[in-house]
Amino acid sequence: MRVIARLDVKNQFVIKGIHLEGLRKVGDPNQLAKAYYEAGIDEIVFIDAVASLYNRNNLFSVIQKASEEVFVPITIGGGLRRLADVEQALDAGADKVALNTAAIREPELIQKVAKQYGSQCVVASVQAKRTANGWEAYMESGREKTGVQVLDWVRRLQDLGAGELLLTSVDQEGTKSGFDVPLVQAVNRAVSIPIIVSGGYGQPKHITELLNVTEPSGLCFASVLHYKTATVDELRKNIELAQASRIK
Amino acid sequence: MKKIAVLGYGLGNVRSVGNALRAIGANTDVSHDEQTVMQADGLVIPGVGAFPQGMANLVESRLVGVIRNYIDSGRPVLGICLGMQLLFDKGTEFVPTDGLGLIPGSVDNIPVTPGEGRLPHIAWSAICPTEQGRQNMFAGLTDSEMRFYFVHSYAATGVKPDNLSATVSYLGNTIVAAVQSGNVWGTQFHPEKSGPSGLHLLKNFINNC
Repeated sequence: MRVIARLDVKNQFVIKGIHLEGLRKVGDPNQLAKAYYEAGIDEIVFIDAVASLYNRNNLFSVIQKASEEVFVPITIGGGLRRLADVEQALDAGADKVALNTAAIREPELIQKVAKQYGSQCVVASVQAKRTANGWEAYMESGREKTGVQVLDWVRRLQDLGAGELLLTSVDQEGTKSGFDVPLVQAVNRAVSIPIIVSGGYGQPKHITELLNVTEPSGLCFASVLHYKTATVDELRKNIELAQASRIK
Repeated sequence: MKKIAVLGYGLGNVRSVGNALRAIGANTDVSHDEQTVMQADGLVIPGVGAFPQGMANLVESRLVGVIRNYIDSGRPVLGICLGMQLLFDKGTEFVPTDGLGLIPGSVDNIPVTPGEGRLPHIAWSAICPTEQGRQNMFAGLTDSEMRFYFVHSYAATGVKPDNLSATVSYLGNTIVAAVQSGNVWGTQFHPEKSGPSGLHLLKNFINNC
């Protein structure tokens, strides 16, 4: 399973909040990316935390620098609206693009990007919030309802050609209270493309709780790495322990 | 300083390959210009995407002959991911398409039982090198370092044992991870995205150039 660092970037700073809101500066994106690379991270996801609100993107220069010193896959998301934005992101050195708001507004964008650049570079970002009888997809960094059911949406995204899903629980994000296990299980059952789970990790038992029920293809970590609560090696060890204890 | 041409044919993240080669001290040029390519000490064929599109772009950019001439010159060539797949006789992705025919074999879908496994195979996977692989592209790497980043749904099949450099196990299938035929190397994984182990492999490549 991949251990992935997620860097939410605002005005050239990595920021971290709760429920994707209430943001606080935690460091320089390039310094953090390099440090995580040197610590053995499998992949890095940069999300422009404000771009999709103001329809702009200031992350390209960060990506360009990161791609010169970080030799693991780099994903960029936030504010990518059109095929031309995707092209610019890939030109800057990103390997994959994460699309959420734009995909909800124009689902065919997923298809267009997959056709032009291959499914492997299309990460469909899904922000899920619990409802009385399931989950609803949100957009604009978890601020706006879409009225779309997550389980319907992920199947559609797979059909449109998404190569993998970045599944964020808006409820759990930044709370350090554990993953939304039923959400991951339901999405894992609904699709056959790889799933990256983001939002909620606080302590090793949360990985065990998740892996006892269902196994995603990757786990995204933010606060725990930014605040040095755990190292990449410790997280990897926790995953291995959880996998081993489940097999018994 | 070794001059490595990275073949630009409109597919994939060529910047990453260039960045990785520069990081290990090579001078690189992304190019589809015949003269630039022919003057380089080594040639890298990168690429992500679909087989038919890859082949069509090579034909359209008049690069098929350039690649053949370059290989005939005896200098080292490295195909990465789609760049490796195109070296084979044919591919069956979407529509059956002839490849460059430089290494015997075909490129086919990884067999997966629905509900039992996920495609694409996107993962860091431990590879199993052959003796030939250990002596060449993986030379100097310890067993625990032989872990590389894969992104693919198709893989080479029918590869001759002599050409096989490494395999990887995925969903119960033994998949071709790396091949070699004389001066031509190919990796299904992305060395430019595989951290220090990937950079080590690229160093082995440029040391050959």
